[in-house]
Amino acid sequence: MEPVAKARPGSVARVPMPMQEPAERIHNFQEVPTGYTPALAQREASRCLECKDPLCVRGCPVGVDIRGFVTAIRDGDFARAIHTIRQDNALPAVCGRVCPQETQCEQLCVLGKKHEPVAIGRLERFAADWEREQLPAPSVRPEPRGGRRIAVVGSGPAGLTVAGDLARLGHSVTLFEALHKAGGVLMYGIPEFRLPKAIVQEEVDRICALGVKLVTNAVIGRMITVSELLEEEGFDGVFLGVGAGLPWFLDIPGENLNGVYSANEYLTRVNLMSAWDFPNSDTPVRPARRVAVFGGGNVAMDAARTAVRLGAEEVHIIYRRSREEMPARQEEIEHALEEGVRLQLLYSPLRIGDDGAGNVRSVLCQRMELGEPDSSGRRRPLPVPNSEFELETDAVIVAIGNGANPLLTGATPQLELNRKGNIVAESGSGRTSIPGVYAGGDIVLGAATVILAMGAGRRAAAAIHHDLQVRFPGIGTTGEFHH
Amino acid sequence: MNTILRTSTLAPGIHDLHVQSPRIARKCRPGQFLMLRLYEGGERIPLTIADSDPVEGWLRLIVQTVGRTTRELVLLKPGEKILDLAGPLGHPTEIAFRGTVVCVAGGIGAAPILPIARALKAVGNRVIVILGARNAAQMILQKELELCSDRLLLCSDDGSAGLPGQVTAVLEPMLRSDSRPDQVLAIGPVAMMAAVSEMTRALAIPTIVSLNATMVDGTGMCGGCRVSIGSTTRFVCVDGPEFDGHLVDFHELQNRQHAYSRQEQQAMEQPHRCRLERTESALLRDEHRRTPA
Ligand SMILES: Cc1cc2nc3c(=O)[nH]c(=O)nc-3n(C[C@H](O)[C@H](O)[C@H](O)COP(=O)(O)OP(=O)(O)OC[C@H]3O[C@@H](n4cnc5c(N)ncnc54)[C@H](O)[C@@H]3O)c2cc1C
Ligand SMILES: Cc1cc2nc3c(=O)[nH]c(=O)nc-3n(C[C@H](O)[C@H](O)[C@H](O)COP(=O)(O)OP(=O)(O)OC[C@H]3O[C@@H](n4cnc5c(N)ncnc54)[C@H](O)[C@@H]3O)c2cc1C
Ligand code: SF4
Ligand code: FES
Repeated sequence: MEPVAKARPGSVARVPMPMQEPAERIHNFQEVPTGYTPALAQREASRCLECKDPLCVRGCPVGVDIRGFVTAIRDGDFARAIHTIRQDNALPAVCGRVCPQETQCEQLCVLGKKHEPVAIGRLERFAADWEREQLPAPSVRPEPRGGRRIAVVGSGPAGLTVAGDLARLGHSVTLFEALHKAGGVLMYGIPEFRLPKAIVQEEVDRICALGVKLVTNAVIGRMITVSELLEEEGFDGVFLGVGAGLPWFLDIPGENLNGVYSANEYLTRVNLMSAWDFPNSDTPVRPARRVAVFGGGNVAMDAARTAVRLGAEEVHIIYRRSREEMPARQEEIEHALEEGVRLQLLYSPLRIGDDGAGNVRSVLCQRMELGEPDSSGRRRPLPVPNSEFELETDAVIVAIGNGANPLLTGATPQLELNRKGNIVAESGSGRTSIPGVYAGGDIVLGAATVILAMGAGRRAAAAIHHDLQVRFPGIGTTGEFHH
Repeated sequence: MNTILRTSTLAPGIHDLHVQSPRIARKCRPGQFLMLRLYEGGERIPLTIADSDPVEGWLRLIVQTVGRTTRELVLLKPGEKILDLAGPLGHPTEIAFRGTVVCVAGGIGAAPILPIARALKAVGNRVIVILGARNAAQMILQKELELCSDRLLLCSDDGSAGLPGQVTAVLEPMLRSDSRPDQVLAIGPVAMMAAVSEMTRALAIPTIVSLNATMVDGTGMCGGCRVSIGSTTRFVCVDGPEFDGHLVDFHELQNRQHAYSRQEQQAMEQPHRCRLERTESALLRDEHRRTPA
């Protein structure tokens, strides 16, 4: 252990995160931040003021006892730290890496008022990584203890959370996933250099170790319908956590040329199907020297940084507002810039040009300026006349957002949907218009975040358990979460 | 689950596989397909479900070997397993009484046509099948198609089976005859579906085609299978695979099918480490996977 002096509570600067240098990391898919050592973690944890009324917790959608786990790290009791986190969060290694802490817990941390807030996310990651190294996932599958049978559809963060919570409450849970690997966006969307797939796999394994039965390649709505799950397959309840996996396009000319991808396709080819390793893996992705990415969110950053690692010499992010309006996390934008990604701000793509053989050759962009704020409160981008300019490119990645995929909902006619095709579900419980069917995560909220999906999962699990107790008096009445 | 029950060769490069998959077999209907992956690191590819038995729980796949995955697939022996099989996917064919329906099958297109022709016949249609192939050796499923159609017309490019020429040459006079079809269904190479659709457009005969776009997930998540239908973009995997042939932008579809030609070539040519390892692992697989069906 390195000898690092303890910080004073409330001291000004947070402990920096060790990172791979940009020049090095653009050539590999390994994680960019390499994580705190125990000494660094203890030092950062000792900055915490141990507030009587810890505001940080109010910023956490699942209410993790932040003060509790941070002081446990300070004391060097890492087992207590991870145990504390796991009371409320089933995916700490994931959340510690991808949660937008700066707008949640860390934003409310009192230290942040004058100085820098406690690095809560980095400490959470530390505790989870420590657990993974020290306490391997148990492989035993406990027998369900007299509960009922629940089907969970979709194995993203929402589905995994519901499955884990209900299994701990003694129910027998079957988790159905359409793809061949569980994890949802964590597995196919978020790149390896931000969230190693081995970590996602380990979290999935831990949930299976609670007795959850995972069935991959199970496309619910097609292979089995929701009503069949309830009426024929003998499930007492169904949770729908199918995500918002339908990619949006701009509907501009040239969008169906070869070399134009949705971010979902690009990232799925690389993350889930290992296209970075082609031809050792079988799924290719077209090599590109110049790449244009449309959009300004985390997904756009992920796609751009993936393109850098696949060898692109120039990667441009084309975003129609200014940097202040970009929805991506600051840290992600900074990492992208360090890796050489260029921001073309206040530009909007008008048309994609071809090379005469059906491939992308260029993007015609138009300069924008910001007008009056629109209904979202952000200033509306307006085209500047005669400001077109052409950007040469051999690949385009469209990362302007995802909506509800109608595959399952379309096959479930009784399910009430909103205008956008999202499932209508009661916010505190996830109850839908069909009795016994619950929903949560992106399919209810629209594309949101990992932690919000998990929060919805927790509330749905509690409601499912409650409703089952009402329907079947005398089952698993402890209501207690075992670990 | 996913165990190969039996295999046979229908024609050079065209193989017939029966796979056990009770869940999919119970649910699938004519016109639907599945996604398959053979091993870790393998590609997910779509294949039509050519036949199925809901009681015995098997599916029939008819596969033409064109690239890496299809070649490895047909090397599997009875008792071996396919790692991943997801389905049924896509909308089933709309099966209704129309009167006279002409099913035009080109090459491997005979596989998806078979269950559709059978179902169309079962609801009382007069079903005429035009089956085209490059030559007699490449012609598949004649017997089965004969059994489920009122008339089966064969043609081949070199005249070695049936009439000489392409399916369009056989279709043409039929469109103008007294037995003018009420609907045409064409499945085969893109150029063939385009030519058939062009021909029926002038006569306003409703024409359905089944599109073979390149897919990744098959569940509407990647958008890679998009096609232009009229003026809108649709996803073949969830909105199709069948569309109104008069609205499809075949030129674009053809272009998109070749998006990865260079990489596919590379994958086939490369006698790389992995293929050798895989041959070894195929031997191991032979030992380990040979579980009774
Ligand atoms: C590239 C990218 C980067 C992101 N980065 C961040 C980030 O840094 N921080 C953050 O907080 N959030 C991030 N997000 C958003 C976050 O990943 C999502 O909000 C979250 O994953 C939603 O969880 P979910 O459980 O609702 O659905 P998903 O994660 O989408 O999982 C849904 C699962 O259901 C499966 N499924 C769908 N239909 C069916 C069916 N019919 N039958 C069976 N299974 C089905 C899908 O295959 C999928 O595995 C990112 C999203 C993307 C795409
Ligand atoms: C809905 C659907 C149903 C299908 N049903 C069948 C079926 O029942 N039997 C069957 O043999 N094939 C079918 N196909 C085509 C099959 O999916 C492809 O042949 C397969 O993906 C090729 O994989 P590969 O790795 O062997 O070859 P690759 O290395 O991927 O490709 C090799 C060559 O095949 C061409 N090719 C690749 N994909 C397709 C495609 N989708 N359509 C046409 N040509 C392609 C490429 O341009 C290339 O020249 C279907 C496709 C779709 C979309
Ligand atoms: S608000 Fe900040 S200082 Fe206070 S307990 Fe939470 S992390 Fe510690
Ligand atoms: S294959 Fe991905 S959307 Fe159709």
